[in-house]
Amino acid sequence: MTETLDPAAPEPIKLTRKDFVADAEVRWCPGCGDYSILAQTQKVMPDFGVPKENIVFISGIGCSGRLPYYMNTYGFHSIHGRAATLATGLKSARPDLMVWVITGDGDALSIGGNHFLHSMRRNVDFTMIMHNNRIYGLTKGQTSPTSEFGKRTKSTPMGSIDRPVMPLTLALAAEATFVARTVDTHTEHLARTLEKAGRHRGASFVEVLQNCNIFNDGAWRDFTERDVRDDRMLVLEHGKPLIFGKDRDKGIRLRGLHPEVVTIGRDGVTEADLLVHDQHAEDPYLALILSRMFWPEFPVPVGVLRDVERPTHSDLVDAQIEQAKATSGEGDLAKVLLSGETWTVA
Amino acid sequence: MTTTESVEHDVQLLDRVTIRFAGDSGDGMQLTGTQFTRTAAVFGNDISTFPDYPAEIRAPAGSLPGVSGFQISFSASDIHTPGDAPDVLVAMNPAALKTNVGDLPAGGAVIVNADAFTPGNLGKAAYATNPLTDGSLKQYNVFEVPISTLNANALEGLDMTSKQVDLTKNFFALGLMFWLYERSMEPTLAWIEQKFGKRPVVAEANRRALRAGYAFGETTEMFHTTYRVPKAKLPPGVYRNITGNEATALGFLAASKAAKRDLFYGSYPITPATDILHQLAGYKSFGVRTFQAEDEIAAIGATIGAAYGGALALTGTSGPGVALKTEAMGLAVMTELPLVIVNVQRAGPSTGLPTKVEQADLFQAVFGRNGECPMPVVAPATPAECFTFAVEASRIALKYMTPVLYLSDAFIGNGAEPWRVPSVDELPDISVPNAVKGDTTFLPYGRDPETLSRPWAIPGTPGLEHRIGGLEKLDGLGTVNYDADNHHRMTVFRRDKVAGIAKDIPDQDIFGPESGDLLMVGWGSTYGALRSAAERLQAEGKSVSHAHVRYLFPFPANLGAMLKRFRTVLVPELNLGQLSFVIRGTYLVDALSYGRVRGKPFRISEIVDEADRILAGGR
Repeated sequence: MTETLDPAAPEPIKLTRKDFVADAEVRWCPGCGDYSILAQTQKVMPDFGVPKENIVFISGIGCSGRLPYYMNTYGFHSIHGRAATLATGLKSARPDLMVWVITGDGDALSIGGNHFLHSMRRNVDFTMIMHNNRIYGLTKGQTSPTSEFGKRTKSTPMGSIDRPVMPLTLALAAEATFVARTVDTHTEHLARTLEKAGRHRGASFVEVLQNCNIFNDGAWRDFTERDVRDDRMLVLEHGKPLIFGKDRDKGIRLRGLHPEVVTIGRDGVTEADLLVHDQHAEDPYLALILSRMFWPEFPVPVGVLRDVERPTHSDLVDAQIEQAKATSGEGDLAKVLLSGETWTVA
Repeated sequence: MTTTESVEHDVQLLDRVTIRFAGDSGDGMQLTGTQFTRTAAVFGNDISTFPDYPAEIRAPAGSLPGVSGFQISFSASDIHTPGDAPDVLVAMNPAALKTNVGDLPAGGAVIVNADAFTPGNLGKAAYATNPLTDGSLKQYNVFEVPISTLNANALEGLDMTSKQVDLTKNFFALGLMFWLYERSMEPTLAWIEQKFGKRPVVAEANRRALRAGYAFGETTEMFHTTYRVPKAKLPPGVYRNITGNEATALGFLAASKAAKRDLFYGSYPITPATDILHQLAGYKSFGVRTFQAEDEIAAIGATIGAAYGGALALTGTSGPGVALKTEAMGLAVMTELPLVIVNVQRAGPSTGLPTKVEQADLFQAVFGRNGECPMPVVAPATPAECFTFAVEASRIALKYMTPVLYLSDAFIGNGAEPWRVPSVDELPDISVPNAVKGDTTFLPYGRDPETLSRPWAIPGTPGLEHRIGGLEKLDGLGTVNYDADNHHRMTVFRRDKVAGIAKDIPDQDIFGPESGDLLMVGWGSTYGALRSAAERLQAEGKSVSHAHVRYLFPFPANLGAMLKRFRTVLVPELNLGQLSFVIRGTYLVDALSYGRVRGKPFRISEIVDEADRILAGGR
């Protein structure tokens, strides 16, 4: 998964973070998690070696939707929920471009839910970064598809009666070939995850747990704060057993179809009993189990749940075009105009 | 039938014949009609067709809603419509007879499949008594042919179930009609070989059915006359038969060549536009990228994405789909990207009558978006014109960096006529350059002083990295901007850019005198009925002219002055007065409306009657 994204480039392009900073005043609320996502995005961009004119950021509507304005690349701030559709068309017409889709929990999973599903199953070669703050921020605080059941917001004064969806489970069910989760404040992990997602060929989905300090402050605080995160989060590493905890003494074991938290060294549990992470597994079972684990029943998994290779949408589009040309030759307009039965009037 | 000459006692020479094939939607009437059309077209007649089929794929067999019809008019002279009324009705069952016989003039011929007139089928068609025996058809010339039985006899010995045998009876009817109108069976026999060659039994069954029908005509004493419709005198050239949807697909394929850009077509299946997707999906060897999206919104979203990437991008749908695309159309107006939205209109509102014609999406096209959101609107008038207007819509989109609405409809989309195939050299050059980095600061919303269009700076162009989107942008620089005066200025730019297209389109033409008592103004698929009506009225010495508008927004520059040179302006259209409303609003002209929404094209006679009523002082 480390192929060069621009094989035609004559020489490696040396860009820095600064090259990706647009000349535009950033207008998110002070303290918003989006600042961190923007900063890490700008930071990892030079690592891909892709000229910035070949990079496109496409967003929908919501606070996250402003991000393309701050990237000194090509950018398109589209309409609510539809960024994935523009990215699909752009990538189909221009497979040479590196495309990023910036979205939020409302944009991707509510109004854009249908496009989320279908762009993932098509394996469109883009990277979708979903800022998940469990709230509608730009409209000043209404329940979102990831808000907790019972959440009191301006639109749900007696508590939300809708059950939240689990974005990673949805992405896996939609056949996404790269699925990962990270946290806005865990900057190093965030940068590393964005880089892996960007290098993946095919539909990459990254859920970034993000704080909205105005309308949903402390959205993920229970397990992301520095003092508790080691015990309440599970950092996934390919090929390694699922171990977590400040003392690295807790793990995840499978009992029947269910994961359970165990303590290494207690009740005869050893490291060998633990589930071993395999992000490249073709079948999605392990990834699906991980995607369902959440605080407080389980530590919250972060990192890459799934990373498998499949032909991308534009690979398949191009292959059919090539096949058609190989079979019947380059299209001849004059011939097609005269196809079917013709007759001549003298 | 207009008898022009009788050459011998058993052959009559006719100028024009209109046949309607009607049967159950499972009876293959569309195929039968199409085969007759091909044969007549290849022979050299002028033709015009009107396929009329139910929305249900298979309504209950034998029921009234399940009747499917196909009308073809073929002629030795230039014709504009598929005929007001059929001369001959071929009815494959009682339901088909019941729903169609009313359109037949007295003396018209009815050929029925007598085998289908069973008590059960009569009941399904709500006939209390058998119309073949109760005298209710006495004003017609009825031919009772036991088509099912004769066909089954002809197919005896083939390894087929009786149900499979029955499915071929439409070709028996077709064979009979070929004999009656002196048509060759060869084109259809060739088609059978091509279509069923790999299934010899099916091919043989269809061949036998066709020949049996033909032979029945020859040997029976039922028919005393056959009819001959000579070739039409069309302008020289190579011709083919074409439907509007076929011409639309071909037109955009040609536009992609004329624009030197790959074609992208994003669409979601919807009647009656789906055929365009089917056809373009077959042009992969041209580099055409078709995308069957998850919904109408995704279809236009992807189209906008492809346009942003530099493709000639279009999306196609029908009215309900346009409703869903509306927000994205606003985005395309705001980001000033070139794309074409094809609307093959059908009867609405909502799901309406999905397979029937209507022109009631004009308001939607011109006004149907939030904000001040101007978008050019063009409408081809005939199936063949769908080709030229596909190229023209693309030209306008590319030159003016704007989405363009292309209004076709179910009638011209499915209807066919002979088309003189243009040569590739006749195509205009509609290519436009991509923006490249210059010496000065790049202005994504800088404007060409003549067209007011902004530069098309596609991703991948070094040095032109910029951001666009649905938020209002600063004049020139294109950064997000909330300034009040800037918004007003940008809104006026968008309006003036589209309005300015009026300087770049042909003047409105007129059929008949430049001034007079009555000007009939139409648009879209009503062209044939209006032109034929005008011909008839002019032949009667009446002061009537006809202007058919292809550019609905903006209007041609001379249209307003033209309207004012007539005492009365009448706007017949298949809606309740939308173009007349726009004309009144635009020109302060007292345009009268004649609107009908019956899911059918106009009859020439009703336009003539309405014009006569107006000429006599009616309102």
